[in-house]
Amino acid sequence: MAEAQAQNIPSPVGESKPRIDARQKVTGSAVFADDIPHGNALLYARIKRSSRPHALIRRLDVNKARALPGVKAVVTGEDFPGYIGLYLQDRHIFCRDRVRYVGDPIAGVAATSEEIAEKALDLIEVEYEDLEPVFDPESGASDSSPLLHPELGQYAAANFIFPQAGTNISNHFRIRKGDADSAWDECAAVIERRYHVPHIQHVPIEPHVAAAQVDVTGEITLWCSSQSPFAQRNLIAQAMGIPQSRMRVIAPFVGGGFGGKAGVSMESLAVAIASKVKGRPVKLLATREEEFVTTFVRQGLVAYFKMGCDSDGHLLAMENRFYWDGGAYTEYGVNITRASGYSSSGPYEVPNVKADAYCVYTNHPVGGPMRGFGMPEMHAGLEQCIDELAQQIGMDAVEFRRINCLKTGSILVTGSQMHPTGLPQCIEKAAEAIEWGRKDPPSAPNKRRGKGLALMWKAPAMPPNAGSSAWVELSEDGMVNVGIGGQDLGQGVFTVAAQMAAGALGVPYESVRIATPVDTRYSPYEWQTVASRLTWSLGNAVVNAASDARRQILDIVAEAWEESPDDLDIVNGVVVSFRSEREIALKSLVIYGMPKPDDQGWRGGPIVGRGSFMPTYVTGLDPETGQGARAVVHYTTGAQAVEIEVDLETGRIDVLRGASAFDVGRAINPELVRAQMEGGFVQGMSSALFESLQLRDGVVRNPSFVDYRIATSADAPQELQTFIIEVPQEDGPWGARGIGEHSMVPTIAAIANAIYDAVGIRLDGPPFTAEKVYLAMLDAGIVQ
Amino acid sequence: MVVHSIEVTVNGEPRQIAIPPSMTLLRLLRESLALTGTKNGCAAGECGACTVLLNGEPVNSCMVLAVECDGAQIVTVEGLAQDSRLDPVQQAIIDAGGVQCGFCTPGILISSRALLDRNPEPSEEDIREALVGNLCRCTGYLRIIEAVRLAAQTY
Ligand code: FES
Ligand code: FES
Repeated sequence: MAEAQAQNIPSPVGESKPRIDARQKVTGSAVFADDIPHGNALLYARIKRSSRPHALIRRLDVNKARALPGVKAVVTGEDFPGYIGLYLQDRHIFCRDRVRYVGDPIAGVAATSEEIAEKALDLIEVEYEDLEPVFDPESGASDSSPLLHPELGQYAAANFIFPQAGTNISNHFRIRKGDADSAWDECAAVIERRYHVPHIQHVPIEPHVAAAQVDVTGEITLWCSSQSPFAQRNLIAQAMGIPQSRMRVIAPFVGGGFGGKAGVSMESLAVAIASKVKGRPVKLLATREEEFVTTFVRQGLVAYFKMGCDSDGHLLAMENRFYWDGGAYTEYGVNITRASGYSSSGPYEVPNVKADAYCVYTNHPVGGPMRGFGMPEMHAGLEQCIDELAQQIGMDAVEFRRINCLKTGSILVTGSQMHPTGLPQCIEKAAEAIEWGRKDPPSAPNKRRGKGLALMWKAPAMPPNAGSSAWVELSEDGMVNVGIGGQDLGQGVFTVAAQMAAGALGVPYESVRIATPVDTRYSPYEWQTVASRLTWSLGNAVVNAASDARRQILDIVAEAWEESPDDLDIVNGVVVSFRSEREIALKSLVIYGMPKPDDQGWRGGPIVGRGSFMPTYVTGLDPETGQGARAVVHYTTGAQAVEIEVDLETGRIDVLRGASAFDVGRAINPELVRAQMEGGFVQGMSSALFESLQLRDGVVRNPSFVDYRIATSADAPQELQTFIIEVPQEDGPWGARGIGEHSMVPTIAAIANAIYDAVGIRLDGPPFTAEKVYLAMLDAGIVQ
Repeated sequence: MVVHSIEVTVNGEPRQIAIPPSMTLLRLLRESLALTGTKNGCAAGECGACTVLLNGEPVNSCMVLAVECDGAQIVTVEGLAQDSRLDPVQQAIIDAGGVQCGFCTPGILISSRALLDRNPEPSEEDIREALVGNLCRCTGYLRIIEAVRLAAQTY
C-alpha cells in the first residue's frame, strides 16, 4: 500500500522538508514543560534524599518540616505502598524501610516557595542503620554478596525477564548456540579481553520537570517533559492504585531525552506529593545535580569477551559475559541486559556462541535506558576485540569485517535469519570516506595519526507487542490535522509523521499539522518514544490512518460523481478523476460531504481516518539457549570510521574527521537522518573522550557541567561525512527503519581502534581522557 | 520581604517591575514577564541556555541579579524577529538544520547574534569560540556553526 502511494507525484516522502516545529523553536514560542503557567495556587516541591548508599531507615521524623509556615504537605513512603517499574516492579515511589543509593527519595515537600520547601528538607530527621553496600556488579552477582532486594522473588516481572531470587541478579539472559566449548580447538587465533564502561548521564539540556494536580475526585493531571506519557499514565496509575483512565498526562516539547525521560523516574514523586494537596498544582523541577544523580543514568558494564577465528579469518566462536551495573533499581535496566544478550555476537555471523548477560543490583544510581540501550557499551569492547583478532591472523581489520559481517540471510545469534541488510555497503562507505589504508603524516612532530573503524547493529528493544496509533482529520480549509502519541525529542518525528501523512493522503507537506502537545486524554496511544521505533511503528500507524481517510474521501467522491474509486486519486489536496478529468478540492467536501447525484440527499460527513500498528510476529526465546524464531522486529546496522591525532606531550585526542554510514531502510527526510548521524556521532565521541560519572563509595563526585564535561562547539570534528544506505525494511513505511540511537553505538570502539593505530595502546575502557592516554603511553614506553 | 522597583527595557519595551532582591534576571524574564523563550538548563552559569543580551553583551541571565539590571536594555530570543520577519540567524539555523530539541536554541541564537554584531565576518574558529559556552546535546554543533556562517553572509 505504502509502496503504491510512493508512486504518487508529488510526494513529500524522501524530501528534506524543513522541521515542522522550527519556527516555534527559533522564536522562543515553543512551549516546554517548565514554561506552562499554573497560576498563583502553584506549590513547589523538593525531595529529601538518602545520604547513604545502603541502609535501613530506623527513624524518619517529618513533624518539624510539617510545622514550618508555608509548607503544605510532607509525604513519605508510608503513604505509598504500591510498586512501580516497567519490566520489573522493584521500586516504591518513596523509600519505605530501606535506601539503596545516595539520592534515593525518602520524603517530599510541597511549599509556597522553593526556598521554604528547601528549608523544610533540612528539618526532616532521618536515622539510618547502615548496611554493607555493593558497588561492583561482578562481585555483586556472587552468592556471597549482601542482598539489596531480599524480596526479588516476589516482584512482578515481564515474562521474558528472569530474576534470580536470593541473589542480586535481577535478570540473567543466556545464549547457547552451537557448541562454543569445543570450537576453540579449531581456532587459529583466540583473543580474551575484559573491558569496563563507566556510568554516564544523558545530560539533556532541559532538566526533568513535572507538575501534577489531583482533583477532589482523585483524578490526576501530570504535565511533564516526557518521552512516555502513556507508559507514565499506566505505571503511575497502577502505583497510585487508580484506573489508568483517571490519569491524564500532558507532554509538551521535550528539551532532549536520549532515553532519560522514558519510563517513570521523578514524575511519580510530583504526583504522590500532589495527591496530599488536592486541587493545587505542584511542580518539581530537577536541579542539575539531581539530573546527574537521581534520574536514570546509563548503566556501567563489566564485559568479558573471548572470540576465535580460523586462519582464513572466519569467526568460529564467541564466549561473552556481561555484568551490568544496574544500580539500586533495575525495573528498566533488566531489558537492557536482555538486549545485550540477544545482540551479543555483534553484527557478525558466528556459528558457536555462548553468552551470559547479568543485570546486577548495586548501590549506585538507577540505571535506565540511554540512547543505544546497552549497545554502545557492548560494542565498545566487542569491536576492539574484532580488530585485535584480525591483527593476530595478519588480516586487515576492514577485510575481516567484510568476511564476517551479517549479510542478508545470515543466521543470527538467536538462530533466526537476518532480513535484507545494507551492512556490507555501510562498511565500504565508511572505510572509503576516511581513505582506509592510507597513512597520512601527522600535523606536527609531537603528534601521531591513526584511523579506526567499527560496526554496529541494534534492534528496537521493547515488549514484543508495543503498539502505535494515529488519527487524521481535516478542517474546513482542507488542512490536515494528525493525532499521534509519539513525542518529538528533537529527532524530528513530528516532521516525519507530517511528511508520511501528506504522502499517504495526497496533500502537500505544508497542509499538515501535528496535534500537539501530546495529551493522553486526546492523543492516540503510543507505547513510548524509545527504541528508535517511531518512524517505523508510528509511521505505519500514520500511513494507515491517512489511507483510511483517503478511502473515505474517494468513496464519497466516487458516489457523487458515479465513478469508481479506482479511477480517482488525491493529488496536491485535490481529488481528480483520471477517467472524467473532474476535480474537487478536499476543502469542499471533508466536513460537509457532497450532494448525491441529482441533489437527492447527501453523502459523507466529517472525515476521520484512524490507524494503528503493532508487530504480531515476535516470538519468545528459549530461556536456556536464547534461541527462537524471531527475537526482534528488525536490526538497523551501520559503520563508523574516524581519523584522529594523539598529542604525545599531553595525551589529548583530536578527532580530525569522521564518517557514518547506516542502513535506514528508506530516509523519509534525508537531512533529518543526517542530523541524527551527526548528533549521535558527537555524543558518542563525547562519551568516548570525556564522560564518566565518578562514583566513589556510591557518591557521584562530579554532578555539574564543570566537573562532568560534555562536548562543546570546540570539540566537534572538523569534518563529518554521512552516508545513507537504503535497503528497505519489509514492514516499514516506504521501507523505513529507525536511526536515532544507532549513530552513537560504534563511536567508542572506532576511536579506540584509531588510538591503537596511532600509538599502539589499548585502554580497558572509556573515557579516553588526555590524562589516561598519556599515562598509558608512559607505561608502554611510547613517551618518556 | 524587601522589594525593589527597577526599570528595564526588554525587547524594546520599557517596563517597571517590583522584584525581590534575590531574583535573577532569568526568573524575572520567565516568571515576572512570562518571556519563557529564555531557558533554564542549570541555574549555575554553565550551560548557556539562559543567554540574553544585556546592553548588547551576551550574559547568562541565571547569574545576573535582576536588581543590577535597573536601566538596562535586554534582548531575549522573543526580541530577535521584527514583526514576523525572522532575524538572519533564526532563518539560517532553520535552513542549516541546526535545531533539534530546540532547548539550547534561544541561547545559541543570542550568542550568535552577539558575535555577528561585533564581528560580521567571523572565521570558523571565531564561531566555535563564541558558542563554547552554549551546550547543545542534540546536534553535534556542526549545523549550528554552519548556520552562523550562513547568517554572516546575509547580514
Ligand atoms: S541556565 Fe544559565 S547557564 Fe545554564
Ligand atoms: S538542539 Fe537540543 S540541546 Fe541543542
